[in-house]
Amino acid sequence: MTTTNRLSQIFYHYASPATFYPLAGKMIPVFVVLAALFGIAGLWIGLFVAPTDFQQGEGYRIIFVHVPSSWMSMFIYCVMALWAGIGLTMNTRLSSMMAQALAPTGALMAALSLITGALWGKPMWGTWWVWDARLTSELILFFLYIGFIALQASIDDPRRADKAGAILALVGVVNIPIIYFSVTWWNTLHQGASVSLTKAPAMAQTMLWGMLLMALCFWMYSIAVALIRVRAIILERERHTEWVKQLLAGEKHAGA
Amino acid sequence: MLGHSQWNSAAEFFAMGGYGFYVWGSFLACAVLMVIEPLMAIARQRAALRELAREQLAEQLNKETKES
Amino acid sequence: MTTAITPLLGAVRRDLLIAVRRKSEVLTALFFFVIVVSLFPLGIGPEPLLLKKIAPGILWVAALLATLLGLPRLFAGDHADGTLEQMALSPSSLSLLVAGKIFAHWLLCGLPLVVLAPILGLQFDLDADALSLLVVTLLLGTPVLSLVGAIGAALTLGVRGGGVLLALLILPLYIPVLIFGAGAVEAQISGLAAEGHLSLLAALLALAAFFAPWATTAALRIALE
Repeated sequence: MTTTNRLSQIFYHYASPATFYPLAGKMIPVFVVLAALFGIAGLWIGLFVAPTDFQQGEGYRIIFVHVPSSWMSMFIYCVMALWAGIGLTMNTRLSSMMAQALAPTGALMAALSLITGALWGKPMWGTWWVWDARLTSELILFFLYIGFIALQASIDDPRRADKAGAILALVGVVNIPIIYFSVTWWNTLHQGASVSLTKAPAMAQTMLWGMLLMALCFWMYSIAVALIRVRAIILERERHTEWVKQLLAGEKHAGA
Repeated sequence: MLGHSQWNSAAEFFAMGGYGFYVWGSFLACAVLMVIEPLMAIARQRAALRELAREQLAEQLNKETKES
Repeated sequence: MTTAITPLLGAVRRDLLIAVRRKSEVLTALFFFVIVVSLFPLGIGPEPLLLKKIAPGILWVAALLATLLGLPRLFAGDHADGTLEQMALSPSSLSLLVAGKIFAHWLLCGLPLVVLAPILGLQFDLDADALSLLVVTLLLGTPVLSLVGAIGAALTLGVRGGGVLLALLILPLYIPVLIFGAGAVEAQISGLAAEGHLSLLAALLALAAFFAPWATTAALRIALE
């Protein structure tokens, strides 16, 4: 009983934008450094150590950016929906701001996944775009992100924007598996391009390591950018509160 | 450095076995977008701070004119 | 039991009466459906075999767009004249009233499409079996469109650029219905069994009927705050 109370106390303490703002400021450099370290290691393994693929030659090396961006685009949507849901049910402003801060990064990851997918498809399939189940689902995921961002952008009252966005994100999360299933079903019925990217023969151990390190790099990057953005959102929304005024006065003081 | 790796020369590395355009295109697209996004986020943060500073200044001036 | 669904029936009756007074809105969506379907042969060319192959997809896409036309008005009128707030405060559950309104929307915007689709299907040289299957898929699918669309209509209620935004939010969510609906007819035309598609469509309908009124109610309460 007391531990849950203590936990919820801690939760509400950090869920307050006033405490989170400086904390996020301290966390950003950590995640930037982590992203850089994982990125250097991943690129080194991906570009120098991993052997040539016997089927796709050097072209397969796109995997080291394609797969991490696809993973992140899906993962961020789930995290975004989770924060939005927490914001809706527990009425914590910060959670909704987190969801809002994550959306552009998720959309960027989906876009990167589509761009790198097209650049991979051209040499392997001979066309920039194939209506392959994965590519199609990724495109729909991109649309879902755009819908979320557009809905939040067109509602002026931030609290209403948070809640409406949360419902949309939750509806989206319920729908993503259905969409993915339906697109896969559709794809198997219309056997056209059945060259699957995943059916690559047993991936070399080093390739897998490179991919994982790059995925960690993208993950840390996403956290860092989301934290930068959430700080901006906090300032935009909380500008009339006392703590922001004090913070500004403190910064001015430090600057002078 | 390159001797240990998959590549015999820098030219071979950049050619990527004929897939250079696609491989480097992908990496470049990621690099460019992943530099632009944080810069945009930082710009947003700076803009919010500037806006706040301006508001505070306006408030101060308001107070001063009322006092005088 | 009858008392439990009385508010639902009341909402249906009320919306139908309003629609009877403004027939043009229902007819506009229907003509839109007819025109969109007729545009495709003009854009693609009159080759019968090709048209027959793409007919299910065309009819379904046109049905999605036609349903979308009526959605912004689903709650807008009641919101503007304050009826919606009355509903939210009324003792009967808002979800039931919302379910009634969605059902009325389907009767006005979905059902006419189901009736009209086989006639348009004739333009594409679909045979009797394909036409009857088309009717069945639309009968199962168009309620899902109304149900899911209602969530979007509630979310964009009174929001800037509501109509276009609604399309942006809802069309990606319509994709499974499109795939299974058009897929069933296509499968039948190419001589495959369509039962799988139909049961999946029915599953979507059950899922949407269970969750959508609830999500729509939540979205409406947010809009009314």
